[in-house]
This record gives sequence, structure tokens and C-alpha cells, in this order.
Amino acid sequence: MKNNILKINNLKVYSNKNSRFKLVKNISLSLEKGKTTCIVGESGSGKSLTALSVMQLLSSQLNMSGNIVFEGINLLSLTKEEIRKKRGKDIAMIFQEPMTSLNPVLTIGYQIKEAIDVHEKLNKADLSMRVEELLNIVGIPTDRINSYPDELSGGQRQRVMIAMAISCSPKLLIADEPTTALDVTVQAQILNLLHNLKIKYKMTMLFITHDFGVVNDIADDVAVMYQGEIVEQGNVSNVLKNPKHPYTKALLDCVPDSKGKKDLKPIDYSALKRVMG
Amino acid sequence: MTALLEAKNLSKEFVKTEGFFSRTRSSIQALDNISISIKKGITLAVVGESGSGKSTLAKSLIRLVEIDKGSIIFKDKNIRTINGEELKRTRKNIQMIFQDPYASLNPRMKIIKIMEEPLKIHDIGDSAMQYSKILSMIKRVGLVEGDLLKYPHQFSGGQRQRIGIARALILEPELVICDEPVSALDVSVQAQIVQLLKSLQKEFGLTYLFITHDLRIVRHIADEVIVMKDGKLIEQGKTDIIFSKPKTKYTKELLASIPGNLSKRK
Repeated sequence: MKNNILKINNLKVYSNKNSRFKLVKNISLSLEKGKTTCIVGESGSGKSLTALSVMQLLSSQLNMSGNIVFEGINLLSLTKEEIRKKRGKDIAMIFQEPMTSLNPVLTIGYQIKEAIDVHEKLNKADLSMRVEELLNIVGIPTDRINSYPDELSGGQRQRVMIAMAISCSPKLLIADEPTTALDVTVQAQILNLLHNLKIKYKMTMLFITHDFGVVNDIADDVAVMYQGEIVEQGNVSNVLKNPKHPYTKALLDCVPDSKGKKDLKPIDYSALKRVMG
Repeated sequence: MTALLEAKNLSKEFVKTEGFFSRTRSSIQALDNISISIKKGITLAVVGESGSGKSTLAKSLIRLVEIDKGSIIFKDKNIRTINGEELKRTRKNIQMIFQDPYASLNPRMKIIKIMEEPLKIHDIGDSAMQYSKILSMIKRVGLVEGDLLKYPHQFSGGQRQRIGIARALILEPELVICDEPVSALDVSVQAQIVQLLKSLQKEFGLTYLFITHDLRIVRHIADEVIVMKDGKLIEQGKTDIIFSKPKTKYTKELLASIPGNLSKRK
């Protein structure tokens, strides 16, 4: 029996103005506790919307239906106040652009303190100690505590975001393309950091990416999204070695491999449409 | 084989001043005695992490950045000493494709205007000829005639990069400098653009200087590779050899960080 921490059932996301215009079409996904699940797809496939639905951070112009059960509680039935208590505490999120998600006029120390302060009441000394501890965990020298975001590199900024995200020991960490804006070397460091943190703090991770290379490195399970639907899901090695759905195959063919043996094959959307009917 | 472009001992230092009357100075050696040679018809990739000086190198070759020391010879002309009309003619022969297709197209110009501009600057043909040139180029990169009357924001990232490519190629350059042209794109779009660049190279006999931090792309597109770190050239050679027998520790590290290459964790 699998121990699922999060179950998304029949999630639909649609426009307020026209409910027939669906951006996420009836998807179901379960996250096994302690595992990393990747959602992979192109831009516009609905992968970020799925993540934002879990956090209930969708734009006010969008509506959703279905249910999202986190530890036995349907998140969609909670009041705004109740969800606010979960957000950042039980479920935390990291975004793609560390520069736009940090406040440029506040020091990183202040911003991490703020993240803790929302959920935990600590006295001043304990709070400072906790911030230093977090900086140590994510690998930023503690003398940078009074630095502003623009004084840090892209990788360091993403480390600050990670420190804020794990500050209240979340059970579920959602990472929305956290390494897409980074160099490959820095990307490898951040992926390693996330993986180690996940094990150390027994977190479950929902990881969103468009790169199958990253999926291979970090995921246990994978769900492939295309045009608002999950077209294939399963154990990562099964999906990568033996993709069943034509779209998964096409997307895999786009990924340059490190051996350079195969030609890059752009997705032939019209052929795909014919196959999928 | 003859070299299309030969750059020798390029050095560039950026000085940063701070404080009252700019008295505190610090400097960064962006290019440290770099020599490269680009053979005609090949793709030379420059790899390195951000801050390694790879973009400064590219910009210095068309004098968007003035270097402190060194010489750049393009088709027997020293780019550093020529001026005015001659520099303009040489620049027509070296075009650039930029990383960010959102930032490199003027949002207030229609595509037709964006494409016309280089032709007008270099005074090529009358307007009927310009139009037919633009039309055939825009079709070649996979867009349609109707797109010429649209504005950049009406296109997706991949389409905008196609426009950037069309704009660079309309002047029929010999050398095209591609500064991370696919880094901001999704893998599926990235595959389209890489294939497009490859087929255009064959068709027009282009030479590419291809700047990237993604070694997977290098393997697919480059004949030769240069690895840069902290403004220094630390390794160069044929792509296959760099990948199969990297000499320096840094290149090995870069190869190890390719996504999909990490040894699977337990």
C-alpha cells in the first residue's frame, strides 16, 4: 500500500469568463511520501498551473474544480485563513526566477526571518540563530546575512529561496523550474542540494521542469503533461527507457543527449495530432 | 584550411569604481590573453559558466566592446584599426544572434520594419527587391508573409528567435555569432532552432561562433570547442576529443554537470 501525501483528483483549471476554455483538463496525480515526482512538459502544458493550484495561488481570473487532498484534508474545502496556515508551513514553494521572487530592497537575512515569523513565534535571539543555521544548511556564508539580493549570484539567490522554503520544515516542497535560469554547473549544485535536503528532512518533492535530463537526475516518478492533460505517468526509469505515449517519445527526441549520437528531432505536432486523434 | 577570423592575444579589463570621487577601484580581467582562430564553414563553440568572459569575447570580435590589447584579423583586415565605411562593410559580414529574443527586438516596430532596417543601413537594393529578399528569408525560417505586419509581442519565444535569425541572415554574412541563442527556450523549441541553424549553415555556407553553457548542445552543433573560465582559455580542440578525453579538471567538471549524466542516486 502506497503512502500518498498528496492526491490530486480530477483537477480542472478554467477561465472565469468561459468555463469551457480549460487550461488543465481533468488530471489526477498522487505523490508518494518521501519521493520526488517530476511534472515535465513544454511551456503552456499546464504544469505550473497544476503546482499553483496545490498552493491555491492561481490568478483571480482562473477557477478550479476537483479535489486536492493533502494528508487527508481537501485543500479546496479550506477557508482562506486555513490555507494560509498551511502555505509556507506544510507546503512550500520555490520559483524559477530567484531575482523576481526576492524583494530587492530588503536584506536576505530579513526576508528569511520574515518567512519564519509568519508561522513560528521565536524570540529575537532564537530567530537570528535559526537564520544562520538555515544559511549554513543551504551553503551560503553567514556573513552574507545582511546582503541584498542583487549582491548575490543567481545560484546563491536560489539558495536563499530554498532557505526560506525549508525554514518551517515543510512536508511538501514544490519547485517550479528552480534551475532553468541557471548555468549547468550551478544547476547541478542546486539539484544536489535539493536532493540532499529532501532526504535529510524527509520531504516530498513536486518538481516541475521541461528538461528530461533533469528528470533523469532527480525524479523517482514522472508525469508528462501535454495541452493540459497528463499523457503518461509512472516510475522514472520505466518512462524514460520505455515511453509508451507518442508525445513522451517526441519530447524525449528533442532532448540533446550528451553523446551527440542522435539527431535532434523537433516535435511534429500535426503527426502527433493524427496519432492522438 | 584557411582561417576566416584570427584573433590574437585579446585582453580586456573592466574597471569598477566605487565610493566618493570613484576612489575605490577594482578590476576584472574579462579576457586574459586569448587567441582563437575560426575556420571557414565550421561551428566553433565557446563554453563556460556565466562570468567566464565568453560574451565579452563575442562582442569584442565585432567591436561592440573595445579590447585593450591584441589583434583581430577578419578576411585579411585588421578589425581593430579600420573605421567608418570599412568597419560598416566588415560588420555586414559578421552578424549576431542574441540570447533573449524578448529583449533583442524593438517592441514598437513591425517585423517588416525590423527586417528592412539592416538592408536600408547598408543600402541594399530598391524597396521591391528588399521586400522579396525579406519575404524569402522569413519563409526560410518558417514564418509566413502575414507575420511581417505583426509586432514582436504577438510571437512566441521560438518564433521571435526565428525572426532574430532572419534579421541576422538577411545581410548574407559569412560569420554569425550566436550568443546563447537557445538558452532561454524550452527543449522542444530548442530542438527546432538548433535544426534550423544547422540547415541554414549548410544552405548558405555559414561559419558559426556559438556561445553556450550547455554542453549537450555543443555536442550536437559544434565541430570545435573552446572552454573558458575566468577570462582564460583553458582547453580547446575537436568536439569529439574534448568530450572523450577532457584534459583539464574544469572541463571534466563541466561534463559531469550535464543533466542526465549524473550517476543515478539511490
